[in-house]
Parts: sequence; structure tokens; C-alpha cells
Amino acid sequence: MTTLANIFHLGIKEFRSLYRDPAMLVLIAFAFSLDIYIAAHSQPETLQNAPIAIVDEDQTPLSMSITDSLYPPYFRKPAMTSQHDADFGMDTGRYSFSLDIPPNFQSDVIAGRQPAVQLNVDATLVSQAYIGAGYLQNIVGGDVGDFVQRYRSVTPLPVGVEPRTLFNPNLIQEWFSAVMELINNITMLSIILTGAALVREREHGTIEHLLVMPLTPFQIMASKVWSMGVVVLLAATFGLEVMVRGVIGVAISGSVLLFLLGVVLTLLATTSMGIFLGTIARSMPQFGLLVILVLLPLEILSGSLTPRESMPTLVQKIMLVAPTTHFVSLAQAILYRGAGVSVVWPQFLAILGIAVLFFAAALIRFRRSIGTMQS
Amino acid sequence: MSDTALPVIRLRDVTHVYGTTVAADAVTLDIAAGKMIGFIGPDGTGKSTLLGLISGARKMQKGSVEVLGGDMAEREHRERVCPRVAYMPQGLGKNLYPTLSVDENIDFFGRLFGQSQTERKGRIDELLASTGLAAFRDRPAGQLSGGMKQKLGICCSLIHDPDLLILDEPTTGVDPLSRRQFWDLIKDIRERHAGMSVIIATAYMEEAEGFDWLIAMDAGRVLATGSAQKLRTQTAQPTLEAAFIQMLPEEERRGHHELVIPPRKPNAEVVIEARGLTKRFGKFTAVDHVTLTVERGEIFGFLGSNGCGKSTTMKMLTGLLPATEGKAFLFGKPVSAGGLEIRRQVGYMSQAFSLYTELTVRQNLSLHAQLYHVPEAEIDARVEEMTQRFDLKRVLDQLPEGLPLGIRQRLSLAVAVIHRPAMLILDEPTSGVDPIARDAFWDLMLGLSRNDGVTIFISTHFMNEAERCDRISLMNAGRILATDKPAAMVAASGLGTLEATFIAYLEKAQAETEKTNSPAAFVAPVVKPAQVAKPRAAQSARQPVFLLQRLLTYAYRESLELRRDPIRLALALGGTILLMFVMGYGINLDVNNLSYAVLDGDQTSASQDYALNLSGSRYFVEKPAITDYDELDRRMRNGELSFAIEIPPNYGQDLLRGARPTIGLWVDGAMPQRAETVLGYMQGMHAGYLTDLATHRLGLKTDALFNLETRYRYNPDVASLVAMVPAVVPLLLLFIPAILTTLGVVREKELGSILNLYVTPVTKLEFLLGKQLPYIVIGMVNFVLMTLMALFLFRVPVTGSFLALAAGALLYLVCATGLGLLMSTFMDSQIAAIFGTSIATILPAVQFAGLLNPVSSLSGAGSFIGHLYPTTYFLTISRGTFSKGLGFSELSTSFFALAAIIPVLTVASVLLLKKQGE
Repeated sequence: MTTLANIFHLGIKEFRSLYRDPAMLVLIAFAFSLDIYIAAHSQPETLQNAPIAIVDEDQTPLSMSITDSLYPPYFRKPAMTSQHDADFGMDTGRYSFSLDIPPNFQSDVIAGRQPAVQLNVDATLVSQAYIGAGYLQNIVGGDVGDFVQRYRSVTPLPVGVEPRTLFNPNLIQEWFSAVMELINNITMLSIILTGAALVREREHGTIEHLLVMPLTPFQIMASKVWSMGVVVLLAATFGLEVMVRGVIGVAISGSVLLFLLGVVLTLLATTSMGIFLGTIARSMPQFGLLVILVLLPLEILSGSLTPRESMPTLVQKIMLVAPTTHFVSLAQAILYRGAGVSVVWPQFLAILGIAVLFFAAALIRFRRSIGTMQS
Repeated sequence: MSDTALPVIRLRDVTHVYGTTVAADAVTLDIAAGKMIGFIGPDGTGKSTLLGLISGARKMQKGSVEVLGGDMAEREHRERVCPRVAYMPQGLGKNLYPTLSVDENIDFFGRLFGQSQTERKGRIDELLASTGLAAFRDRPAGQLSGGMKQKLGICCSLIHDPDLLILDEPTTGVDPLSRRQFWDLIKDIRERHAGMSVIIATAYMEEAEGFDWLIAMDAGRVLATGSAQKLRTQTAQPTLEAAFIQMLPEEERRGHHELVIPPRKPNAEVVIEARGLTKRFGKFTAVDHVTLTVERGEIFGFLGSNGCGKSTTMKMLTGLLPATEGKAFLFGKPVSAGGLEIRRQVGYMSQAFSLYTELTVRQNLSLHAQLYHVPEAEIDARVEEMTQRFDLKRVLDQLPEGLPLGIRQRLSLAVAVIHRPAMLILDEPTSGVDPIARDAFWDLMLGLSRNDGVTIFISTHFMNEAERCDRISLMNAGRILATDKPAAMVAASGLGTLEATFIAYLEKAQAETEKTNSPAAFVAPVVKPAQVAKPRAAQSARQPVFLLQRLLTYAYRESLELRRDPIRLALALGGTILLMFVMGYGINLDVNNLSYAVLDGDQTSASQDYALNLSGSRYFVEKPAITDYDELDRRMRNGELSFAIEIPPNYGQDLLRGARPTIGLWVDGAMPQRAETVLGYMQGMHAGYLTDLATHRLGLKTDALFNLETRYRYNPDVASLVAMVPAVVPLLLLFIPAILTTLGVVREKELGSILNLYVTPVTKLEFLLGKQLPYIVIGMVNFVLMTLMALFLFRVPVTGSFLALAAGALLYLVCATGLGLLMSTFMDSQIAAIFGTSIATILPAVQFAGLLNPVSSLSGAGSFIGHLYPTTYFLTISRGTFSKGLGFSELSTSFFALAAIIPVLTVASVLLLKKQGE
């Protein structure tokens, strides 16, 4: 009973501390509103407004129809230019694609001489390169096919394909970006808030005061975990309901409550990580660096940026220990695919296990290091 | 005023308000030059505020302050006089840098004031010798005791030989011997530097007796001015302390009476016991076999020189520090057991303020009451009682941050006794507290001790307080020299006063240690007038607007701090390598290993043929076949399958009949990019299948109408690594340098050393650039490391101009560190700065700078940010030089853009940074 009371009172103290830091409050508000909006709205669809240059050495109805069929949203209006400028533009990153239509293209096509169109792709933009090249193949192929139809018959394809995209039928990138940004900010905020709150106690000497009081390390740690967890949970709920669902208009197919339960478990793990880092760092500058070192792999390798299955197997295995990996997969399953408990229970179990493990590790480390925490 | 000397300071109608508290109320004063001037008065009467205004550390609100013949509201004048003024703020070592050694701290100030190396060395040696710090010159300031920090602060303010020396409670927490040395030092300096004015706020009335002129203040107003003699005669009191109390308004004097010490009822129960208690930090023995016992209800005084181990002993008694040797017992139980029950009965007050500055006074009080389990119903009454007792009513809803030292000490005390503990361990509880409040506090302690049997273990530097203790211990260099009743001790020494007795003990002990340990270490202060009284021509000239030397001083200090923190340095360098590794290998943009399964409704060789066509692909991983739509739904939903192929019944027949069967392709759209890739791949696979089908099975001949020759330039294999390595370099050169600088300014704000910016000649630009420089160097080291990794580990060659890459990295690093500094000047807490920088770097650099999608394809705010963000341009340079074989001329636009961002960031930081406090 006294334990609970202590944890409660210390937690209230954390709220009051946070309340005294208006800049931090503004940042939290920003991270769960405008930031999500910007992140969602700025990302192009997988191929959008791709800058392309066309070197048209043919200047015939066919070549012009190819130029005309490249338009937004997939491509920007093509820049008609010279071979030299196209190369230079590719070099400086102005164009991602350039298409060179050779002289006599139209007549060669009609005559069945199979002329070659050259497509240059800036392959440093790996993700766009393949997709764009595929689109161009289809578009140019379609144009040429239509054109030739007028002169001779072309055999229809013997087998058709009918693609059906599930869960996000129009492949709206915003849906993905908004939720992933929300997840990243949940991770970032929870680690920084708890860890920095601990380092701050140490730097200001207040930890000394806590240590002479009838409090256990468990109570001190638990108070930070619950209070900062609540802050992030509230912010996340706002971000999801108001921003992701309301403003950005993502059609959430699963249960929001189930997702929030996942958030709670994840927060237990991430706030414990924050405490752990706070016990390692002896000062705020060290903590800042540690945060970046931990946060970047967490965000980049958890599957929220690139698909997990494409990562090297070793990375995939290591990242199984990160709570965010399971959180991302759980979020995608619940929010997009409408999965219920029967589908996502393994992720819940994994996060719970990781959370308990992290909490215990942080507590052990906190107990051990607490004696050396005074300045 | 009657003095003939010209006033060095002229205050006219100076009024200063914090929120609703009036700290200075229409103060008008002339202060003569070349004198020792004392500000005396109770805590929180505006002494510190006035000193802050005079030194230029605080921004003027109303009235005028003239110092050294000019208006301190004018920036030019402040800049002109600040090399002639030294200001030491209140608080233990607030303007010092804790990780720098004693030597380096003083050296830093010497450099700031433009002294040569030999000059600095001479001055430092002299100052250290005369303050007794010489033996500790290599110790980090953070590990000094409170009193030693105070001495170091004085040394730092004396290094540049100021004309006007402003000291705010300089001897608070300094032991009597050192205090005497300190005043000797000031006397020496004044003798050598004729005309130097010294302005001191102090709570020691005995010290103020020796000043030339005193200003007695109360509640923001001047009560009286004049010599101590004059004040005493005016009030007809024997001592200054009594005279001062007499001058206070009736209501503030109320309740003050001569303290009577009731005798203690003997109680032989031992409550505190130390047996051979020893603490070593490395080779240094802080506490050396301390043995003592304190009985129930006893007030036990702990006296000793600064840094002699008093605080360490107290921390061991509370269990905060584990003892290296020996044992401590509280209430007969060993402290090491650390029982919560023991802690509940102890009230502890540490030397440095350790309460929550972000909670109000009331909140601090009630939080502690709650944590000590004072019954909920009693808390309000208890808080009220403490408020009364310690006279905290006026400040109840204020934050401790802005309160004067004396009031904060009272709050700490109130917190220590709020739960009515059976034992109090108090580490210099009355340092910096005014005489009236001290008496009130002793009143309370005597009541606790005599009526409630509370045991009190207290350390103090006030001799009149020591005299009130039942017994005292004298300590030096970790050892207890003597323990006895104060009166008995004085009698035994035959020196008449406790102070003289104490000093005699200390001198004897210190002489002995010097004889045995380091015979030549402590030489009497050597005064070298020739060296110190150097020509002061440089100071009358106008200060140059920008000095490279001061910039380098800050850069030097910053790099020293970095060197003192090898963990941070290792994190900055090792972390870069680690992240480069993780991101280089981990961010894989090739979408492969896509898992899929087939729902084959036909089960003929034709349908199996189609499925087989896919399973050979390196992009796909086939999972067990699907049997029905429910299963398809379930396995798609839990994310097991990225896509599913549905082959309709009668596929084989329809194909032969020419009935154009249709293959169903179900794609998981949860990750749009991946879905697009799946669609693209599948179209290719399908086309390949068709060609194969036509030629081999159906015997048809199909001719392509044209060939699209696709050339993947710069990265012919479309290898992720080749694409990612040049992109990871810009990311890491942003994240790590920005997080390194982001605490640069805000940390000084939070911990107090920002004051040095306010009161020394350093300009905002010098300060900022000085803080930036070392991190640019670290960034360049990181850049070299990453380039080496790219070349030799990832085997990604630099095909273009390496010089252009390096030059771009340098410009970019200036931007990255500048961004961190901007965040640092903008934010008020370190937490906010870290969080702000994380938000301001990770999202824009990863999403808007062209890493995955070209900036030109972004829209909305992202596009706007992308065009302004430095990473965009360095990414172009990095990709250009690594992959595209480019050099300066082709990349000139990006170089110009980076060069243009730098001044914008710097100017913004300079504008946001304040050169004065509020």
C-alpha cells in the first residue's frame, strides 16, 4: 500500500516537472500533431512527380504521344531537352529518369525493325528505380501497342492478371507514413522522457534526496515509468484518433483499444529502456548520444521504413529483441488489416516478454548504480 | 554621502521585479570608489539583485545604474567596462565547470581576459597558494567540497585584476581558517591595486565589521548606510549583528530574542555510532577511521576545514555512500542494511540544494510529507506549521529556482524536519542564512532536542552555532582531531574563543601533514608585485568586437570538457562506426524475400507450371499452399504473406481453349512501397511467363514491337549498398554532431555557468563559434572514419573528386553543429533540447532530404523543408562524388546552398542568445 502511494506521489511529481517545461510540452504537442501531418502529407506516392527528361530525336506523332502520356501524378511533365543536358541533369540529381527516343523511331516500329529506346535510370534512388522503370515500360509499351494497332493487328495476351490490393486498396502512402511516424514518435518520446528525467535527477542532485527517503529503487523507477508512460499514451491516443484518423483520414480497420493496449505494453518496454540508458549515462550529453545510438536502429530496422524481410537475416534476428519490431508488425496488423487478438497474440506476448525483461534489467542496473549516482 | 572619492557606482531609482515579488524598490545609492563596501540584510531583500544589476549580469528594468562612469543599460558601455569588473555569483561554484580541474577553471578565465601563458601561470600559482588550493590544482571542480568551490570561484574572479570586484556571499560555507586567508588575500590585492573597489554581500556580520562602508537593506529598500561604527552608535548596540536586528522593522524582529540554551537531560542511549569509518576514492582517503558516538537528544557539531571529509562522513552515516572500511550504526542497527524504517526516522539535508527546482515551495513540502507517509489529513497542517516556522509564507507558491540562497536553505531544512524525524543529519544547514533566521532555526532545533529527544548531527562553519552544540568534533584531512564540549575545548586551549581554538588546531594539523607528506607543497603566498601590477593600457582601449582568442578559449574549454569525458568521445566516434555499420547493411532497399503462397484451384500441370515460374525467383519465398479463401484472408491479415496468387479452376482447359483465364493477384497494401514493388515484379514475371508460354507451349511467334534498353546508371547492379553508403554518411554527419552541440548552451543555462557569458568580455558570436569548433573537428574525424569504412569495408569507391566530398562535409558539419546550437539557444531545458533536436533532424533528414525519394517529388511542407534542409545538398554532393564521378563545378549549386545556410543558422542563434539574465 505504501509502495503504491509512493509510486503515485512520485509520479505526480514527474507531471509537475514536465508542466514546468513549456518548450517540452510544445514539442510533444508538435510531435503528435503537426509532425505526423507533415510526415504523412509530404511523402510521395511510391512513384510521384518523378522528374524525367525526354530527348526526342524522332519528333513524330508516336514519339509525341509517348511524351504526352507522361504526366502527374506518377511523373512530372517531362523536360524536353538535349542529350547533353539530360546527362548533366541526371548527374546533378535534377532528373531521376531520362528517355532517349532515337531518330526514325516511328517508321522503324511500323516496319517491325524493333528499334531501341534508351531509358536511363538514376539507380542511387533504388526504390524508385525499379518501380519507375516498370511504369515506363508499361506506358511506352502501351503507346506503341495502341499506335501499331492502327496499322496491323496484335494478338491478345493468352492469360490476364487481375491485381487486387487488400487493406489499402489505393496504396495511399499517407496511411503508411502517418502511422509509422506516430510509432516512431512514441518510441522516441518515451525513451527520452524517462531517461532524461533520471539523468536530470542526478545532475541536479535530487536523486540524493530520494535515496535518503524511505523509498526503494523499484518505487523510484516505477513512478517514472508510469507517469511518463501516461504522458506518451495520451499523446499517442490523440495522435491516432485526431490526427491519423481524423485529419489525415486513414481508414482504421481494427480495434483502436487493442492497438492502445499494444502501446501500453510497448511503453513499458521503451520507458524501461530509457531508465536503463539513464543509468548508463553519467550526464545529459552522454545520454543524448546514447539516445541517438539506440533510437536510429530502433526506428530504421524495425520495419517501419523498409520491409523487415528484405533485411539481412542476422539483422532480422537481432531486431527480434527490439520491442518496436513487434510493435510495428502489431500496428500494421491491427490498424490496416483489421486483425484481432486471435491474429496478433504472438506479438503481444513477445512485447510483454521483452517489456518484463527490460524492466527487470533496468531495475537491476538501477539498483546497482544508484550508489554512484550522486555527484 | 560624505566621502570625497568619486562614486564608482551610482544607482538611481532602481526597481526590479520578479513576477509579483519586488526585489529592489526605488533604490538610490552612490558608492565611493576604492573602498570595501558591504551589503548586509536578511535573505531575499534584493542584495543579489542589485549586485547582478551592477555587474551587468541582469537586465535593467527600471531606473539607472552607472558603473565606472557609464550607463550599464548601454551595451557599448557594458562591453567596455566588463574587463574591469569581476563578479562572483552566489551559490557553490555556480559559474565553474565541474569536469575541468581547478587549474583549468582559472586558466579559462585568464584566457578569456586575454592573458599570456606566463602571466596566467604566475597569477594562478599565486592565487592557489594564497587560497590553500595549491594541493588540489588537478582535482576536477565538481569533486571539491562546497567551501573549496567557493574559494575557486574567488580565484576565477580575481585572475584579471579587476577595478571593481563584486562578490555575492563569497565566504558562505568557507571554514574559519580559509576565511581568514581569504580576507588577507583581498587585503593584499587591494594594497597592490590601489583604487580597487570591492563590493560584498555577506551574512557574516563579524566580517562586515571590518568593511569601510555598509549598506543595510531590507525588503528591497536601503535601511541605512555608513560605517559599522556609525550603525552601531546609531542604534546603541554593542555588535553589528545586534545593530542590524535593531534596525529592522518591528514586525520582522518579532519573535526574535536572545537564544537561551536549556540544559540537556542526560540520556546515555547511543543513537549514532561510527566505528573506524573510512572512505577512499582511489588513492585519496577522504575519511580516515572516524569513530564517534552521539546520544539520544544530543546536538553534535561537526567542524572542520573545507574538504576535510565532513560531508562524506555524513553521507556514509545516511547510507548514501558505502564505507570502504568500518561500520556505522543508527539506532543500534547497521546502516549498510539500509532499512526503510531507519530512513523514515532520519531527516537529512545535503550541502548543495537538492530539492526540485521545478516544484513550488508548497509542492516540495507536501511531496516530502507524502513520501515520508505523514498521514494525509495532517499534511496541510504540517506544511502550514513549517511555513510559519521558517517564514516561507511569501514564497509558498514560487519556484525555488529564483529564490535567494538563504530562503532555499530554509526550505531544505523545512523539508528535512517535516516528517518529525527522530534524528537529523544536517550538512551546513545555515550557510548563507541570515542571523535572524539562523536563530529561529536554532530555536526549533533546541526544542526538538530538548523536548522531543531528537538527535541532531550538524556541521557548521559558524562558531557561535558551534558553541550552542552539546559536543563538537574538530576534523581535518579525514581525521577527527578532538571531540569535546565546546567550552571545555576552549578552556583546554587557553585561547579564549572557539574560533581561535579551532584555527590553532587546524594550523597545527596542517603543518604536520605538510611536514610528513609534501614538504614543499604549501609555501606561503609569494607576492610578486612586479608581475601582477602590470600596465593596464589595454583595458582603457575599446574592446575589439570580435576576438579570435576568446573564441579559441571557449573552443579550448569545450574540448577539455570533451577530453574529460572519454565515454562521450567514444560514443561520438564509436557510435558513428556502429551506426554506419548497422545502417549500411540494415537499410536494404532491394525488396526481396517476399513471402507468398498459391491458391491453386486448378491443380493441373498448367497451373503448377505458373506457380513454378514464381518459385524460382530470388525475390520471392514460397510458403505452403493455400486451400481456401478463409485461409487466404487469415494469412494475409496476420502479415505472413506479402501477396497471394489465385489460379482459377479450369485454368489449364481455358488456356488451351483460348478462353483467356485470369490469374488473381492479392497484394498486401499495408506497406504501399512494398506492394508497388510486388506489382512491378509480378508484371515482369507474368510477361516472362507469357513469352515462355507462347514460344514453347503454344508454338506461337511473338515479336516485340520495340526494345526498351534500360540502363541503371551510377549503380548498375542497383545494389542497395552502393546506394546507401553515400546516403548514410550525410545522415550520420547530421545526427551525431547536432546532438553533440545541442546541449552546449542549454546545459550552461541549466547548470548556471552561462553567467560567464553575461559578465566576461566574450561576445555571443565568439561564445557560439567557440562551442561549435571542437564538434566540427570531431565531425571531420567521423567523416574520415566513415569514408574509410565506405572504401575498405563496404568497397564503395569515391568515383568523383574526394576534395569536393571533404569540402562539402566540412560545410555540412558547420550546418549540422549550427543546427544543434540553434536548438540549444532556443530551448530552456536539456530534455527539450535533446527531444527537439531528435525531431528536427531524424524526420527531415530521413524523409525530406532525398534519401528515399527525390526532393522534387515531395509535396507540401515536406517539399519546403527539403529545399531548405542542409542534408538535401550534402546528399547530392555525397552521391555525386561517390557514385557519379562529379567534382566541384558540377555540384556548385549544392555548395552555394550549404554556404548560404551557415550564416542563417549562426545569425539566428546569435539573435536568440541573450547576453544578460532577467
